[in-house]
Parts: sequence; C-alpha cells; structure tokens
Amino acid sequence: MKELLSGNEALARGALEAGIEIACGYPGTPSSEILETVAQYKEIYSEWSVNEKVAMDAAAGAAYSGRRAMVTTKQVGMNVLSDSLFYTAYTGAEAALVVITADDPGLFSSQNEQDNRHYAKLGKFPMLEPCNSQECKDFMKEAVRISEQFDTPVIIRTTMRTSHSKSVVELGEAAGYAGKQVGPFTRNMQKYNCMCTWARERHHVLERRLVDLEAFSDEWPGNAITWGDRKYGFIADGIMYEYVRQVFPNASILKLGMCYPLPKKLIRKFADGVENVIVVEELDPFIEEQVRAMGIDAQGKSIFPICGELLPEDIAEHCRKAGILNAPAPVIPQDAVQDLPLRSPLLCSGCPHRATFYNLSQMKLPVAGDIGCYNLGTLPPFNAQHTMGAMGASVGVLHGMGLSDLPEPAVCTIGDGTFFHAGVAPLLNMVHNKGKGTVIIMDNRTTAMTGHQDNPGIDKTLSNGPIEPVDIAGLCTACGVKKVLTVNAFDVAEVRRGLEECTAYDGVSVLITRGDCVFVSRSPKPALAVDADKCIACGKCIQSGCPSVVLSDTVHPKTKKRKARIESVTCIGCGVCSQICPVQAISRPETA
Amino acid sequence: MKTIRFLITGVGGQGTILASDILAEVGLRLGYDAKKSDILGLAIRGGSVISHIIWGENVCAPMIDQGTADFYISFEWLEGLRRMAYTKPDTVVLANDWRIDPVAVSTGQAEYPAIATIQDIMKTQCKELHVIPATPMAVELGNAKVFNSIIMGRLSQLVGGDEDIWRSAIVDKLPQKVRELNVTAFNAGRALNA
Repeated sequence: MKELLSGNEALARGALEAGIEIACGYPGTPSSEILETVAQYKEIYSEWSVNEKVAMDAAAGAAYSGRRAMVTTKQVGMNVLSDSLFYTAYTGAEAALVVITADDPGLFSSQNEQDNRHYAKLGKFPMLEPCNSQECKDFMKEAVRISEQFDTPVIIRTTMRTSHSKSVVELGEAAGYAGKQVGPFTRNMQKYNCMCTWARERHHVLERRLVDLEAFSDEWPGNAITWGDRKYGFIADGIMYEYVRQVFPNASILKLGMCYPLPKKLIRKFADGVENVIVVEELDPFIEEQVRAMGIDAQGKSIFPICGELLPEDIAEHCRKAGILNAPAPVIPQDAVQDLPLRSPLLCSGCPHRATFYNLSQMKLPVAGDIGCYNLGTLPPFNAQHTMGAMGASVGVLHGMGLSDLPEPAVCTIGDGTFFHAGVAPLLNMVHNKGKGTVIIMDNRTTAMTGHQDNPGIDKTLSNGPIEPVDIAGLCTACGVKKVLTVNAFDVAEVRRGLEECTAYDGVSVLITRGDCVFVSRSPKPALAVDADKCIACGKCIQSGCPSVVLSDTVHPKTKKRKARIESVTCIGCGVCSQICPVQAISRPETA
Repeated sequence: MKTIRFLITGVGGQGTILASDILAEVGLRLGYDAKKSDILGLAIRGGSVISHIIWGENVCAPMIDQGTADFYISFEWLEGLRRMAYTKPDTVVLANDWRIDPVAVSTGQAEYPAIATIQDIMKTQCKELHVIPATPMAVELGNAKVFNSIIMGRLSQLVGGDEDIWRSAIVDKLPQKVRELNVTAFNAGRALNA
C-alpha cells in the first residue's frame, strides 16, 4: 500500500516496522511529528521526556534492558543530549539504539545553524541521511539492523526539507511485537559502566568498530553510484541527491545515504570514473574535507555557500556561475515586489502572553528571553525580549545580570515547558548563590510553539494516560524562592501589579502568569468591537500587538489619525485590548 | 506525463498546509507521482508562509524553482504579491479576495499596497487571474476556514481531472465533523464558473 508521508511520519512508520519498542524525545521543529506519529502506534511506548538528555538516558536504559529504543530531537537538542549520547558510543547496548536529529539549514525555527553531521565524527557513530520519505522509513529499519550488528548507537540525520516534505512511501508490515520478553538486566560493568579504567579499553573497541563500519559503508546499498555523463561527478548526501538529479538529470552521481564513516573505496572508484568531482552538501564541507583528505581534488565550498539552505535553484545558479551548468535560468519576474511590508509571525489573537509583554514594553525593563512562542515578544510592537540563546538560558542570563549591579531591575521570560526543560536548575542556582531578579514563568499549560505537546505541568502524557500535574508555584517554593506570585495572564492590571511587586523584591522572585494557550482551551467568546464614536485614535490598542486589532478607514476629525477596528473573523474576545483602551471604546457586542 | 507545479502563498494559520496536503493527495490519486513541502514551526503564528506541490512522472525535489509555477494560489493579497517571483508568463493565478494587515501596517510603519495594483501586476505578469471572494463566501457558509475548499473547487476546474477524485481527497484528509461543510464549499467554488 502506498501513502504520501512526511519524512517524520515515515520515520515513525519505520520505527513500527523495525520493531522499536520505546521512543523518547523532546519536541522541537522540525522533529516533533516523529514522536507524535509514533504515539499513534499502540505497539510502541512513547513519551515526551522533560528534555533531550533525559530522553537519551531513558532510551539508553531501555536498550541496555534489551528493548529496541529511539530518541528524537531537533538539531540544537543534540547539544543537550550529546553529554549522554557520547557514553553510549562506548557502551553499545543489548538492543538497537537509534537517535534521530532533524537539522534546520536556513534556520526556519532555530537559534543557530549547525551541521549535526559533525556529531557522527566527534562521537564516532554511523550516521544515515535519507533523501526522501521512502528512505526515511527504510533507513529506520537499516539503523536498527546496523545498531544491533555493530553494537553501536546509530544516528539518522534529516533536514527540515526531508522531515517536512511529503512523498510516496510503500508501507510494510509492523514488526511482530507480541509478548517479547527480556531477561534479567545484564550485569556487564566493563561494558556498561564507563569507569575510566574500563572506558580506556572500550575506546579501542570503538576504534575497531569504526574500521568495520567503514568496510560496511562500502558495501551498503544506501551508498550507490549512478553512472552518466563523466565530465562532472557529483557526490551528494541526503536530500541533496534529489536536488542534484533534478538539476543534472544525466550526470554521474554518488549518492551517500551514510555520511559517516564514508565509503572510501566507493568514493575512489567514483573519482576514478569522472573528470571532476563536485561535492554538493548543505552547510559545512563535512564530506568535502574528508574526500580531499583522501587526496582527491574535489570541489564543494568553492562553488556552494556554507550558510543557509541549498535549494535546487541555488545549486543550479552556483553551477552556472562556476561554468558547470549551461542550461539557461528561468526568467524570474522581479517587478513591484520590492520593499513590501514585512509579515513577521506574531502572538495569536487571544494569546495569554500578550498582557505580560504589553506591560514589559510599558515598564521598559531589561528582559532575558527564552525559547518558545513568547520569543515573539521580541518583535514590534513589544520589543521586550532583549536576549535569547538556548533553552532555559534566560534564567542563568538573568542571574548574571543580577550580579552586575544594573541600574534597573531585570526580569526573564520563560514558558512552562522550557522551565521544566532547563529552567529549574538555574533557578536553584540563583537561590543558592543569593542572586536577584524576577523569573516570569509564562504558564500557558502546553509546549505551544512546537505543536502543543505535554510537559510535567499538564495532566496528560503522550501514551501513558492522565497524570497529576506538577504545581509550578510549589516547585519554585521548594527550590527556596521566597517570593512566588501567580497572576491571571489575561488581566492587564493584575500582571502589572505582580511585575511591580516582584521587581521591587530584593532577591529572587517568581511571577507565574497563568492563562491557557488558545489552542489548549478553545472556548472563544464573541468578538469585541470598537465604538468608532468613542475611539480617540490614540493607537494604544494597536500596541497590544494583536492580529485582530487593525486600523480602520475612519479618521479622527482633529488628529487625522486612523481609528481602530477589530477583525471579527479572528477575534476570540480575550479582552486584553479593551483593558488597554483608555476611553472604554472596545466592548463586547451585547454591551456595545 | 506532464509535470504540474503549484505554489500556495498565505498567512500562517490560514490552512496552507492542509490545502497542500489535499492537493498532493489529489495528484497521487490522479495517477501522478507527487511531492510537497511546507514550512512548519514558528512561521505558522501569523507569518508569511508558502507551500510547494509538484505532480509529475517521477518527481525529485519536493519544491519548485522560482519562475516555474503553473498554478499560483494566493490566500491573501500581500502574500500573493510577495511570492510573484515563482510565476511565469503562462501561470494561472487564483487569488482569494482577502486582506490581512501585518503588524507593520496596523502600527502605521508601512502601507498596505493597493489591491488594484496587486491585481494589475498579477494580470500583467501572468496568463490568467481568477479573483475569488472565498473568505466572505466561507463566512456566509458558516466557517471562515473553509475558504480554501472554495478555492480548491475553482482550481479543480482549471487543473482538470475527475472532480470526484478531488472531492474524495478533501473528504479523506479532513475530520468527520467538517467534511460536509468542506464539500459544500468545494461545490460552491465549482459553481462560481457554472
């Protein structure tokens, strides 16, 4: 049976067909849909772990116990889980252990552009790179096989395009799951306890394994040559293979499904068979440098840029400039599309973060920001998140600001999911080291930006039923915070009072702004409306940054400024703009 | 087998991803190989979004090059103007007659381009422009979100292929409770040219 699947859905399907039993991960674009799809298969236990490192450890523990396990993460989550990833290279496991990293060339939703292929070389893992959804599914099964054959974790690397594009997949059978028993836990400390004396020995095992894997890579059908025109031979990994065969339908191509360790014999054979070797890879010259180190005069980054996504049209353009491609470029109409108004993403109509950012922008406080929808508080009209770098970083950065005797009180903004992920430890650190500053925990009861996954503050799990949620205020108190306030996130004045009280406190304070994400509790109230007779065109409601509050065509007779209007199709009646309006011109229709 | 390239442009949250899912599925059911690519994540919070869909004999990349769209589907005027680089002289343009002001416009920092000017550009640069009052029609039907099924209805006439296959893809891709309304919307889109 054939179906159109995204790369992420196909990886999940591959997990089912490969007999994965335990799947852990932390949501992050572009990886989130892998585990969401796995959760639909009752054969596999799946969980949103509290962060990527915990997911990696849990998967390792499952694989040590004899269960086939997998971990999913976005590219920067690899940095979080790498601490645990590296010991698994030394230990191997009793059953397959597969790590999927979904990278983001072009930074569609990441804070940096990193090439996670380097993790394969750094930690000495085999790494597979599927070129389309069919290969996502097939390589998942291959990863399980390779992991068990070589007693090593295997990394599958996708990019945003492989993860989020859809193509046709031939579905296979689910693995036989029924009644698999595992034995008592394997007590093999020399292998599974990385005490230095034993780990020294294991390093040799790891190096021997890499040699074996390189020989395997040469024979593995996922690496393959298609001979065509011999003037230029292209080496392409992952989805680059699809792009190259589109731009150069008649070329010789060495398709790499495994970018580490490289199939060196195959590469030599290919290089011997063509006049010029061109390496087409996104981001760093990861393959090119290894090929050049083999003494082959391959060209790559002299033709293609290191930064950004590399699309087929980019490959074509750079190859035209380098004299490799003669086909003419399509004519691209460029008229009249210059200097258009930008359309940045923005907080949804009815978002619980709006009143907090409105207040922060009014109070002009320095704000250490974090990762989530609330990073949109950075953009106009709020301009109210002044730093942002990594999950949970806001709390540690706030601590450093607090140590620096700034003239103004500092705050940080962190969502509930991000707080659980990496915010609790730095809060403990602030308390222990007598820091000062206000941690604003924007508790919207979901992990919103990545698609509303559960976290410990929510009363449900991914595949294990309901659960008592963790009380964030109680957790902060238990961390030793003496000043913990909870306010209604939709009450502009209450949020303001909370901010004033917390920022006046000499020490560590926590302000929890509680309000459900619009996607969590969809109970829209009737749209509000602006009474044009009352509106004084002051523009304050526009400063709420709500997509439903727009300028109308009615002009104030004196100031000639345009009055406000509410888009009734999208307004869900949260009432924040009506609280901001100084002349009570915004109200619900029944009272209007 | 001819290759047909589609580009959908709109504002995050308007349903471009669902529309591209349906369109790719229609291609598959009409006997083509099909691929598609969308942007997910933060951009869906009201940002500028595009979806690529390709039908063909053996599709390689899941996205189209600029200057190659056969059908260019604009869910919102400004976004329709923004991605005109994907069109070519024989592109067929379908435009939802709907405007969503970005913050830059509502805060007075930028002017929304005149819709008449956008239409002129589309007419001048492309073969056909079909303006569809899809959002107001959808509101009339009871749910603003079904505007894209109205556009699918009109698109199905311009692209061709068995209309029941189009309908079946819509039905299979949508949850039970909104199926009927979307089929009604699809039919309303087809009735525009009846």
